[in-house]
Amino acid sequence: MFSFCSDPSSLPDWQWMACYLTTGSHMALYRSVLVVLLLLALAAPLALGMGFLGAMAVRAQARIVRVIGLGYVSMVRGVPDIIFFLFVPLAIDQGVEYARHRVLCPNWPDPVRQGNDFIVCPAAKMPLATDPAWMHDVWGFSLALFAFALVFGAFAANTLNGAMAAVPRAQLETGEAYGMTRAQTFRRILLPQMWVYALPGLSNLWMILTKATPLLFLLGIQDVVFWARELGGQKTGHYAYTHPDWRVWYFLGVLVFYLLLTWISQKVFDRLMIRLNHGQATSGGEALRKAAA
Amino acid sequence: MNTCAQSFETLILRSLGREFGARLLPSGLDITLCDQVFLIASGLIWNIYFAILALALGFFLATAVALGKASPRAWLNRPARAFIFLFRGSPLFVQFFFVYEALVLLPRAGISLGDITLPTQWMTRAWAGALFVLFLNTSAYTAEIFFGALTSIPKGDTEAADAYGLTGWRKFRRITWPTMLRLAWPSYTNEAIFLLHATTLVFFSAFPAWQQMGDALYYAQYFAAQTFNPFIAYPLVGLYYVAMTLAVIGLFGIVNRRLNRHLPRAARARFRFRPQYIR
Repeated sequence: MFSFCSDPSSLPDWQWMACYLTTGSHMALYRSVLVVLLLLALAAPLALGMGFLGAMAVRAQARIVRVIGLGYVSMVRGVPDIIFFLFVPLAIDQGVEYARHRVLCPNWPDPVRQGNDFIVCPAAKMPLATDPAWMHDVWGFSLALFAFALVFGAFAANTLNGAMAAVPRAQLETGEAYGMTRAQTFRRILLPQMWVYALPGLSNLWMILTKATPLLFLLGIQDVVFWARELGGQKTGHYAYTHPDWRVWYFLGVLVFYLLLTWISQKVFDRLMIRLNHGQATSGGEALRKAAA
Repeated sequence: MNTCAQSFETLILRSLGREFGARLLPSGLDITLCDQVFLIASGLIWNIYFAILALALGFFLATAVALGKASPRAWLNRPARAFIFLFRGSPLFVQFFFVYEALVLLPRAGISLGDITLPTQWMTRAWAGALFVLFLNTSAYTAEIFFGALTSIPKGDTEAADAYGLTGWRKFRRITWPTMLRLAWPSYTNEAIFLLHATTLVFFSAFPAWQQMGDALYYAQYFAAQTFNPFIAYPLVGLYYVAMTLAVIGLFGIVNRRLNRHLPRAARARFRFRPQYIR
């Protein structure tokens, strides 16, 4: 990185540290922070979308849709979500490969499950063995992202369903009195008003989502936890930069990173709540009115 | 291949160590459904151990921290707030890693205090180290729940206590504490459920499963990796967990009824499933 870094063994302390913290593997650590933030940025809207669909399904008129929605929402109750994080990517991976196997290799002679092996034809592999490494990374990340969206979508569906039920009934009746259809009442009256009821639950969910991101490590993705373990371990003479076991310091850094993330989120949500409370017929809105007067 | 009775005999206590069952776990094509059922059930021993001890110990620290946070004195208030923020604001997963690495750095030979040396090795083992983290973690979450309950104790109750001349410890023991517990109990039930769920993280973080003594999810992952079939082991753990969750709701419901026994039925606080999910 710096010009003076060519021979690390003979550097003064601060220069050694500057060089050490800018090695290639440390750059990978900083990039993994971006991976965590990327997961958050993608998983949050996806989960919100899934949650929205789930909440709509729970409130649907057709019974079959309602049953599916209820099944989805209650899926995550009572079962630790880490089980879903371990189960969903593996199950989807096998499911996709099996489907591709049926379509791409209809004449394959051997069964897919042979004893304890799961063998599909080479053309059905996902991604193909010949694909470049980044394709494998993207596929792994997508599976993880899907698992997060599925689990947190179920949580969000719970919250949004509660928020929809919390909008005063009189508001909806007013809409009906004006001759709006069900869809119009939903779009024009329910939807704009539900957010203030949903925000406490959703902000809680965001916090939980940020705190769930280190579980990426369990899905074999090289996230901050992975690199903290890799880089912190004792480095002996084989390495250019030798140091004793520094893992505790690396994990302290990861801990501080997450504390900062939740702290900043909390500040943002507090601001947002004030915005949303403006002019609402809730105790929060009332408090704002009184403070202004 | 084990028969079902053999699996039960050799695996049901296996999570406690080799001396309590088969030396080697069933592997490869020898794995039967009964193996999976009993070995995963055996792992539940650790989940229950962590959950019960962390909750029981955490209850007292949580009460103290909640009182600290509610206190107007800065030297009590600030540390309590910092403690709660530290453990609620960071992932439990990272806390496990951090504490484990810190414990590993303790001198291996033990700390010598004059003539006696305190052994340190046992602290890095899951039964002690992970329990310690879970204890602190649940204390922080519970303290926040108890603090919320403390601030919502009806004013009339404390005023009545003052009118009867109750002060200090007696007022706390007879009025404040029971009312706090009564108000906090539904949320505390949720905390207990999700602490139970959080115990599955122990052997997936830094703590090694020594001699393959692991928890339910550890064994489930072992089977999923051995048979390359996630569709049996993981749903099994899921089923066990649903059963345990129902048991927790039942047990805490009994306590809730006792805490609320002086109230008319309609005024009692009800349990609502309002989870904290992940930490």
